[in-house]
Amino acid sequence: MADQTLDAKGLNCPLPILKAKKSLKEVPAGGTLEVWATDPGSVADFQAFCRMTGNELLEHDEADGIFRFLLKKPASG
Amino acid sequence: MTIESNEVASGGSRSMSIIVTKGSLDWAYPPFILSTTAAAMGLEVTMFFTFYGLPLLLRDLDPKISTLGNPAMKMPMMGGHMGMPNIVSMLPGVEQATSKMMKNLMNKKGVASIRELRDLAVEADVRLIACQMTMDLFEYSLDDMIDEAELGGAATYIEAASQSDINLFI
Repeated sequence: MADQTLDAKGLNCPLPILKAKKSLKEVPAGGTLEVWATDPGSVADFQAFCRMTGNELLEHDEADGIFRFLLKKPASG
Repeated sequence: MTIESNEVASGGSRSMSIIVTKGSLDWAYPPFILSTTAAAMGLEVTMFFTFYGLPLLLRDLDPKISTLGNPAMKMPMMGGHMGMPNIVSMLPGVEQATSKMMKNLMNKKGVASIRELRDLAVEADVRLIACQMTMDLFEYSLDDMIDEAELGGAATYIEAASQSDINLFI
């Protein structure tokens, strides 16, 4: 179970990323955030977001048109 | 902007500047989408609002869209895509109606409003510079603009741009 979840279904670019950034503030260091989205562009975007920000994309998958991302915040900073 | 742990992890903050020269509803999206996303990805962002981009800093924000001289603008309609002949675009009320249609469509498709994106930019400490010359030219005062707008000129922009990794003109 992730430390925080974010339901970004129905939202279009760039809202899933912007809301994920906000939700990550509520996640403790080393904790996880689970995001649900329906924007197909979010697959490439969450990968790029994680590469740039030092968050780790632990998992991402798709079922019934819903994309699920599991992000892990860096342990320390 | 506060440096957060994830930004340190990526090797320090990078930066981006955007010159915003257009203020219609459609042209307002790219600069605000890119500035908010860049800020979310840890970049320090400066936006310089000049000429017709300046009204995007007004407290009373209400960007409109025109189909006039915009042949590539085709709206989804009855299963296809339809444009509008210029002679119709010129009629009174068409700009209002088209703007309303576009805003409804954006709302239906989960696209953020320009006001929402601007609020997010403010929240993310995006630096918003109002071009002094344009303010003077079009007779605006800083009181007409949102509190976060600051006054600046070409030199202010060049200083920010010379320190930025990405510089865009939109």
